[in-house]
Amino acid sequence: MIQVTALTKYYGRTRAIHDLSFTIESGTIAGFLGPNAAGKTTALKILAGYLLPTSGNVSVSGIDLVAAPEKLRAHIGFLPEDPPLYDEMTVGAYLGYLGKLRGLDGGALKQRLPEVLEQSGLVGFEQRVIGTLSLGFRKRVGIAQAIVHDPELLILDEPISGLDPVQIVEMRKLIRALGGKHTILISSHILTEVEKTCDHLLVLARGELVATGTEDELLARFSRSTRFYVVVRGDAAEARSVLEAAPLVQQVEPGRAERGLATFAVTLSDDQPEQIAALLVGAGLGLHRLEPARNELEQAFVAMTGDRKEATA
Amino acid sequence: MKAVLLIAQRDLAAWFKGWLGFVIIAALLCLMGVVFQATAMGDRSVLSSKVVTWFFWLGFGFTSAAGVFLSMGSLSGEVRSQSIVTLFTAPISEWQIVLGKWLASFAFVLVFVGLTFHMPLLVAVNGSVSGGHLLAGYLGLVLTAGMMTAIGTFTSSLTRHWLVAGIGAGLIVGLLVIFWWFADKIQPPFSDVVAYLSVYSKHFDDLAHGTINTRSIVYFVSMTFLALLGARVALGARRWR
Repeated sequence: MIQVTALTKYYGRTRAIHDLSFTIESGTIAGFLGPNAAGKTTALKILAGYLLPTSGNVSVSGIDLVAAPEKLRAHIGFLPEDPPLYDEMTVGAYLGYLGKLRGLDGGALKQRLPEVLEQSGLVGFEQRVIGTLSLGFRKRVGIAQAIVHDPELLILDEPISGLDPVQIVEMRKLIRALGGKHTILISSHILTEVEKTCDHLLVLARGELVATGTEDELLARFSRSTRFYVVVRGDAAEARSVLEAAPLVQQVEPGRAERGLATFAVTLSDDQPEQIAALLVGAGLGLHRLEPARNELEQAFVAMTGDRKEATA
Repeated sequence: MKAVLLIAQRDLAAWFKGWLGFVIIAALLCLMGVVFQATAMGDRSVLSSKVVTWFFWLGFGFTSAAGVFLSMGSLSGEVRSQSIVTLFTAPISEWQIVLGKWLASFAFVLVFVGLTFHMPLLVAVNGSVSGGHLLAGYLGLVLTAGMMTAIGTFTSSLTRHWLVAGIGAGLIVGLLVIFWWFADKIQPPFSDVVAYLSVYSKHFDDLAHGTINTRSIVYFVSMTFLALLGARVALGARRWR
């Protein structure tokens, strides 16, 4: 279990994070969300043992950052946004070097290296010089170095930044596969990524934790959808008049109408789409689909990070 | 100790794989050879011991330069390339990082020092050279290599720019060399302190003449330790920035 208590960090007189406290259960994939300059990277660097906090503490499985920083670092693997690699080394030599540096001896390392190469999709790349690898494979080597000592906590800072769509899908699979074995903390400002990968979310804004919970919990608290896409089976003109007559509806924008299906973008005065559904069905029209027009997590994110008073209320 | 050797081994391997270290060593060796040939190996009749002493004086200058050049990027390079993250998040101390980095630079400068051995051998072929003189002089060069690489490691821990680290180390070494001049200008007891700090005239000179004394060895070892301590403190301070 990862326990963070009242973590605060100042750079000179500038406050980067303030009074962060949270707990992450073992085996969870947690997402650290926040706009730029929210303090995510600072928090991750402290959790990784790279920086020391101005006050507060971090403990992983009961090992304390302030009291035993070196011991704690043996339980953590960290992938920064730009993987810290030695370009002149081969993949195998680099992983061997870091494995030894993190306490694996000859026998354990010999056993562990093939597992790590397999887990990170680097089988056959042991003899490749790191400087010749593409960004996607450099990220894989970055992940491999972070898990080479089989850490309890794996911290990934913007793991998909700079990757192409195919590499993103592969990286997502890789993170999911690692999730069963390690507790993972991912920092990202790409909401869809966090949505697809993480079980638990921590939202940071201006250095403070403004919300924490599962995606559903956060959506229930912060998302207020008022614009929906409605797809109706039946006469498009009739459907439009039913929608426009509803008191809740502020605006109806007709979209495509083909194969007996008519699409509308509907803006409501309140988040009650079920009323629209009842009206359409009551008028004898078929409700083919009803969905929020915007990414709900995005809306919730804006609510959480845009107005702190509202978000923490 | 294991982590120190691991870091040193990796850095040394990087030196041997790359060309920059060899270019620096080759350039310094060529230059030193030319200067030595031109100034000490002429037709004039000079005592062998004087030629060897002159060789060690030259060796001091070139070993100092090699020490600064080969250590100025040791930590600044890691910071600039972000690979310091791998060291900072590993379960090792700042002391182990500093010692590993210093040891690699020191070992590589010792390669340079070793490759100068043909020069006193040339003197031995044409004249008579005392083994004790060579031993003392080379001890001086080894101690100089340790101290200069420690100073380079220290300035390298203060900045991410290797050139700034090199200039800083050069200034410190320059000051330590000319302290004898300052000592002449000020009153005791400060003059004694400044004179003691003078690396060349108060410490290396004895070794270059074939005299090994404890005071000089203590000076070199303590200055090396102080520079490494400074590097350790500067590196530790990065965790608070």
